Amino acid sequence: MSEFRSGEEKLNIVTQPTKGTSITMSNIAKAASIAAIAALTLAGCAANEGGSGSLTGTLNGAGASSAGSAQEAWIAAFQTANGGVTVNYDPSGSGAGRESFFSGAVQFAGTDSSLSDEELALTSPQCVADAGFFEVPVYVSPIAVIFNVDGVDALNLAPATIAGIFKGDITNWNDAAIAADNPGVTLPDLAITAVHRSDDSGTTKNFSDYLSKNASAVWDAEVGDAFPYSAGEGASGTSGVVDAVTNGIGTIGYADASKAGDLGTASIKVGDAWVAHTPEGAANVVALSPRIDGRSATDMAVAIDRTLTDSTAYPLVLVSYLIGCNDYQDDVVGALVKAYASYLTSADGQSTAATSAGSAPISGAVLDEAASITAAIK
Amino acid sequence: MNAVPSPTTPRRRGDALFRGLSRGAGLSILIVLAAVALFLIVEAIPALIPGAVIDSAPNGFFAYVGPLVYGTLFAALIALVIATPLSIGIGLFISHYAPRRIAAILGYTIDLLAAIPSVVYGLWGIQVLAPAVQPTYQWLAENWGFIPLFAGPVSGTGRTILTVGIVLAIMVLPIMSALAREVFLQTPKLHEEAAFALGATQWEMIRIAVLPFARSGLLSAAMLGLGRALGETMAVAMVLSPAAAVTIHLLTSENPSTIASTIALDFPEASGLDVNALIAAGLVLFVITMIVNTLARGIVTRQREKMGEN
Amino acid sequence: MSAIVHARGLNRGWVSSLAVGGLLVAYVVSSLTTSSETLNIGVVAAEGFFFAWVLIVLASLAVEGRRKAVSRAMAGLVYGAFALAVVPLLSLISTVVTLGLPRFDGDFFGSSMRNVVGAGGGALHAIVGTLEITSMAALISIPVGLLTSIYLVEYAKGKFARAVTTMVDVMTGIPSIVAGLFAFALFSLFFGPGIRMGFAGAVALSVLMIPVVVRSSEEMLRLVPNELREASLALGVPKWRTILRVVLPTAMGGIVTGVMISVARVIGETAPLLIVAGFTQSMNYNPFNERMMTLPVFVYYSYSSQGADAQAYIDRAWAGALTLIIIVMILNLGARLVSRVFRTSGSR
Repeated sequence: MSEFRSGEEKLNIVTQPTKGTSITMSNIAKAASIAAIAALTLAGCAANEGGSGSLTGTLNGAGASSAGSAQEAWIAAFQTANGGVTVNYDPSGSGAGRESFFSGAVQFAGTDSSLSDEELALTSPQCVADAGFFEVPVYVSPIAVIFNVDGVDALNLAPATIAGIFKGDITNWNDAAIAADNPGVTLPDLAITAVHRSDDSGTTKNFSDYLSKNASAVWDAEVGDAFPYSAGEGASGTSGVVDAVTNGIGTIGYADASKAGDLGTASIKVGDAWVAHTPEGAANVVALSPRIDGRSATDMAVAIDRTLTDSTAYPLVLVSYLIGCNDYQDDVVGALVKAYASYLTSADGQSTAATSAGSAPISGAVLDEAASITAAIK
Repeated sequence: MNAVPSPTTPRRRGDALFRGLSRGAGLSILIVLAAVALFLIVEAIPALIPGAVIDSAPNGFFAYVGPLVYGTLFAALIALVIATPLSIGIGLFISHYAPRRIAAILGYTIDLLAAIPSVVYGLWGIQVLAPAVQPTYQWLAENWGFIPLFAGPVSGTGRTILTVGIVLAIMVLPIMSALAREVFLQTPKLHEEAAFALGATQWEMIRIAVLPFARSGLLSAAMLGLGRALGETMAVAMVLSPAAAVTIHLLTSENPSTIASTIALDFPEASGLDVNALIAAGLVLFVITMIVNTLARGIVTRQREKMGEN
Repeated sequence: MSAIVHARGLNRGWVSSLAVGGLLVAYVVSSLTTSSETLNIGVVAAEGFFFAWVLIVLASLAVEGRRKAVSRAMAGLVYGAFALAVVPLLSLISTVVTLGLPRFDGDFFGSSMRNVVGAGGGALHAIVGTLEITSMAALISIPVGLLTSIYLVEYAKGKFARAVTTMVDVMTGIPSIVAGLFAFALFSLFFGPGIRMGFAGAVALSVLMIPVVVRSSEEMLRLVPNELREASLALGVPKWRTILRVVLPTAMGGIVTGVMISVARVIGETAPLLIVAGFTQSMNYNPFNERMMTLPVFVYYSYSSQGADAQAYIDRAWAGALTLIIIVMILNLGARLVSRVFRTSGSR
């Protein structure tokens, strides 16, 4: 029992010390140095690194995970053009991204919900005081209602039905409300597992906002980054939701449409028509919606109109903004952010995101305005 | 005159230096541990003072950490209920049932389970185990749903607290069974032979000679396993579908979350007082595991003293 | 097999045929109740084990009486417990190997994730980060741990020694996430909030590694026979030279084994590195500046933040898991080998 104290190290050690064995430190050092040399050779240089360009430095951003794959594509293209620059984007969530930006931990943030008036009154230690922030839309994407039900390939869901399912009022796939939306479809007698985001997220906020504007009788909770009801199953991050829906039975969830993969996606009711998600439908919503009143010239926050009845629009949409300082304390950082933001608000950057991340490319007057704002970053 | 070396000769200085060096290393352990406790406490205090407004804990820190403590204990308990009988079985198998020649190899196979990183367990748990056990959960709820533990509605994904308990059980199994094996092997040979001489069957010998001898060792193995399960992070964070719920339902979508997994999931996104609240939760976890481990060691020490008397 | 086979009454032949009979019953029952496509080998094996167990126990009850039957029943349960524990191990290893192999290629070890969207890319940045952070943790932990164990074995007396022993025990029980929080709290004090660097990760890992090194080295040093120390001291060799020249070399095999085991333990840690080392897609050789990717975090992030082409990310996660398991296995087997080499050379 004497060596019984701590357990773990008992597991594998059966060595007895040996009498008269002499191992010198130099033997061990030799072995260690061989290992170190092998490691260094291995570590030599990654085949895909290096490149050209005059800019150098590291730029850190954080924020919305929905725009994560678009950010990846942008970073890849930007770093290819500027080999000396490393851009990191931490898809930790919109709220976290904004907070990290205001605390000075990251130089730019991506966010699914525009800055609030309280946040506009804040300061970030990295910005020149009183120069203000810029906020430009860089990523527009439809939110898909994804489902995984054996034998059901297509589904129509009215806002009130979606609200009922996610609130926990509708618990079985053969519920009358779902059947009413889908005449002629055979729905199984199967329990519904509704998967929502367990972390704070702009996707939840946009989803919740859509339901509260279109089905306020059912969706009576306050709109926020956190999922408002205690029904259903929680999963962390967009891919957590997609994974739970994919591997589950009778599951339904909501996620950025670009991440839906092979899952079934429901058509939602717009006016009197059933509309499936498309990039064009999402882009139309932004074009048709008004701006938020009383914002500065460098703040392009949009008040999304969820109750559009135009069947070319898909109002369950998410708009992701890039935010940063108009004037950085550190001019080197300012130049880096300017270069990166200008790329995001170029036609080239928008088409990169559309190809790699399935987003709706922003174009026309909206893009021109965003480009002129990013060109003025110092 | 110089036959007696004075304290200033090089060899004495060498001794003093080396002694000081090793004593310093020992001291550094104390300092590190004190620093861990100190930093955690200092960083936790802002969340603990009454009236602190924490975004993630609108009803105060203790209302926030309560369900997490419950979830931590609950998940670890499930793991223990599964792992204890299994580890006793494995320990007995290797010490008394398996042929001598392959026993060591089999023991090593089980030890391999301990070497697998927890992030791999998490990946396996969510992609393989959860979908695999979901139909069984469905069956359990349909046929045994009248027992509150198995009450529905069953989660469609299998990412429930029971799945987490199973993963945790697999993770603590190597430690617990290695310790059980160790204790069983230390049963005095004389007791075993005496039992056989009295005509006992193999099982009767184990019941009479081996198990009573091993009782406190097994208890402490269980405690150490519990300590391990309490602090496990990634596997829980990846597998569990969390909700701030206090329930005993094993199969539903709303599961109590654990302290460690909440820290891992929320920390990258936290700022301001939320960070302090998470560190305070970490402090609570630290205290819980310390109590459990101290109890385990206490049992071992008592046992050793008892054996010394005999 | 001794319990089942050697007891009088039922000989080996009987027991084997009963076991085969049980398997057959299971196979027939499963074929009748389920269609052939859904016939699952694992389920049949489990049922076979159950039926064989029932048959043997019933036969024993009839032939040998209650006591022997109970003994056989318990033997069956013990065998079953072991079999049950092997199932997840087999499932895990086979899953990791089959899902990890598709991306276990040259690209995976030759490139980072910089500028990679969708398929392709690799984990070189994570492997380098893991090697650097773990080496630094070892550089901190091995001297401190070894010296502490020398202190405990060779010098320790009184209250201070008992305090160190107790604290090492307490340290063994620190959850890895708490070690990460500690490193974060420490470094954010000096470098401000949002600090991420590889060295902070090494500090967190050291907190986890030191007690393991102390414990295993202490155990090995205590096994060194006192005669060796006394002989050396009697020859007039100073104590510190005795420790360095006699005690340490004698225990070296066990100490090296223990160190390798402790490295294997911390190399797979995810939670503390997630908090303090952060993550990046690019190579970073400098552990004192900026974020640093590590292999466990690479696995976690590949899984948790999948891009548009989700399968590519999941494949990379599994390939990372496979790499990690291989590294850990090599360390474990290496430790075995070291201990074996030392044992045989000692017995000559």
